[in-house]
Amino acid sequence: MENANATNAKPEIAVSLRDVNKWYGEFHVLKNVNLDVERGQRIVICGPSGSGKSTMIRCINRLEEHQAGQIIVDGIELNNDLKNIDQIRREVGMVFQHFNLFPHLTVLENCCLAPMWVRKIPRKQAEATAMEYLERVKIPHQAKKYPGQLSGGQQQRVAIARSLCMKPRIMLFDEPTSALDPEMIKEVLDTMIELAESGMTMLCVTHEMGFAKTVADSVIFMDAGQIIEMNTPDEFFNHPQHERSKLFLSQILGH
Amino acid sequence: MTDPNLSATPQTLSTVPSKPSFWNDPQKRALVFQVLLVIGIGILLWFIFSNTLHNLEKRGIRTGFDFLSRPAGFGISQTLIPYTEASTFGRTFFVGLLNTLLVAGLGIIFATILGFAVGIARLSTNWLISRIALVFIETIRNIPPLLQILFWYRAILPLLPGPKDSMSLAELFYLHKRGLTIPAPLTEPAFVWTLWAVLGALVLAFLIARWAKYRRESTGQQFPVFWTVLVVIIGLPTLVFFLTGSPLNWDIPALRGFNFQGGLTVIPELTALLLALSIYTAAFIAEIVRSGIQSVYKGQTEAASALGLRPNRTLQLVVIPQAMRVIIPQLTSQYLNLTKNTSLGVAIGYPDLVNVFAGTTLNQTGQAVEIIFMTMLVYLVISLVISMFMNWYNKRMALVER
Repeated sequence: MENANATNAKPEIAVSLRDVNKWYGEFHVLKNVNLDVERGQRIVICGPSGSGKSTMIRCINRLEEHQAGQIIVDGIELNNDLKNIDQIRREVGMVFQHFNLFPHLTVLENCCLAPMWVRKIPRKQAEATAMEYLERVKIPHQAKKYPGQLSGGQQQRVAIARSLCMKPRIMLFDEPTSALDPEMIKEVLDTMIELAESGMTMLCVTHEMGFAKTVADSVIFMDAGQIIEMNTPDEFFNHPQHERSKLFLSQILGH
Repeated sequence: MTDPNLSATPQTLSTVPSKPSFWNDPQKRALVFQVLLVIGIGILLWFIFSNTLHNLEKRGIRTGFDFLSRPAGFGISQTLIPYTEASTFGRTFFVGLLNTLLVAGLGIIFATILGFAVGIARLSTNWLISRIALVFIETIRNIPPLLQILFWYRAILPLLPGPKDSMSLAELFYLHKRGLTIPAPLTEPAFVWTLWAVLGALVLAFLIARWAKYRRESTGQQFPVFWTVLVVIIGLPTLVFFLTGSPLNWDIPALRGFNFQGGLTVIPELTALLLALSIYTAAFIAEIVRSGIQSVYKGQTEAASALGLRPNRTLQLVVIPQAMRVIIPQLTSQYLNLTKNTSLGVAIGYPDLVNVFAGTTLNQTGQAVEIIFMTMLVYLVISLVISMFMNWYNKRMALVER
């Protein structure tokens, strides 16, 4: 999986957004967004609700279509070419707020579905890989159960394992802990921290500031469809530059 | 030590659960009421039964089922099994039953195909297609089914020309007022090999599908199952047919005077009833299919897309299996409705069970109690069989939770 060119002096760009704009009808949801994510970088995106954080990362794997600008993922430009979209989606994994596991399939089948049908891997091999990742997220013994039989935290860890089974090079997290009970947040964050330490390129929309401080290379603050501030976690939390970021931080850290 | 208060307190706390009196024990109460209810129903049934028997006897009406072996003496316009006027009343029961099952079976097949097509069209992103589907559904399901049967039978089919100037296709198929006349197959004994070949092809197709699944799972390679199976199912019987010397002839219909000789004529009553019931039920099935697909949470499609599954695979592997949970129970009741609605064929004289047996046979024999009872029992059995099958299927598709 390691890229041979990684030794180049210039860091490899995994995701690049150039002047990306998007409208929902009249509503301008993304305004001239520019962003470069290097391979192996861990980025946390925060901001008030409705600021376009989720929309931005959902544009990266074409769950939403951007209307102007350029998105390049892994050197492939995201346009209306279905082949490009397919290729990008194979390399980009995504974890959702509501897990979105397939309720009619067992945990193991959830993990094997895409490798078997998209990567065309034999069932035995797909199951072996799936068990490997289920072990990494610490629920191998639940493999034969159905999602409805698991707790929220367990379901989210299965969802992470399911994405990893496609061996993606980039992982997107869309508020992965927002739908969880407090005591389950930790088990999911631990899984994400472990993944970050393995060198995965990650873009996480989250309000877990502890997670941001521990693993993020940089924190992005978005408001009203724009990237207001991008800084190291240390700088961002201790010396926020903009009024909006100061206000936001005081609101979420204030209690 | 002997303070009465100290020793009394623990005793009252750990009282042995006292036995409730007979009337306050919920289990015994329930038992008493159930026994009373059974006795009450028994008395009522006995009263109805003995009263009916008494009245029938007083008026000199025959009872019992021996009428079934008496000759019927009337003709039926469509018989799937050999039947003449000399056949028994018992035979009229089976002729009517088969005619009912014919409409119900064909109707279920046509309604399902049309309903799924319209339901998916309703969800199309193409504005025109989805609007056409909407208008179809809203028009058809808001008009009473009996009226629709009369519409096809009285308004549309009579517009067709008489047999003499019938619309013909290649001088083989003739569409006219009195029905659709088509060539009838006349089989030679060797034709049985072709039928065996059809059976063999189906088995072979099943094995190919199994093998292809096994190969896909063990090597990951896809196999064009659909096209291979299609070639096998069509090819093998065709090959056997010609190898055994084409043992099938056609009885070509020909116009003699005012009517057709030879061939098979599908009576207009069947056409009208089938058209009306299929279309009417299809409108309901379309709505069921639409609601089933829409009931699958949008996140499911998003998760499948994010994993790289193409839209058609997403539909096949993620959306449809979940939609079927919602669709099947409602589909069952539509199948039951269609089956029961076949009795509306009486209005246009289609010889179904109600028309032939609960109609003509009842009039001729006068044994209403037995005949109505038998007819109701038939509908009950058909409905229960459909229900049982669908329940079994539903259980297989159900989600496991907790």
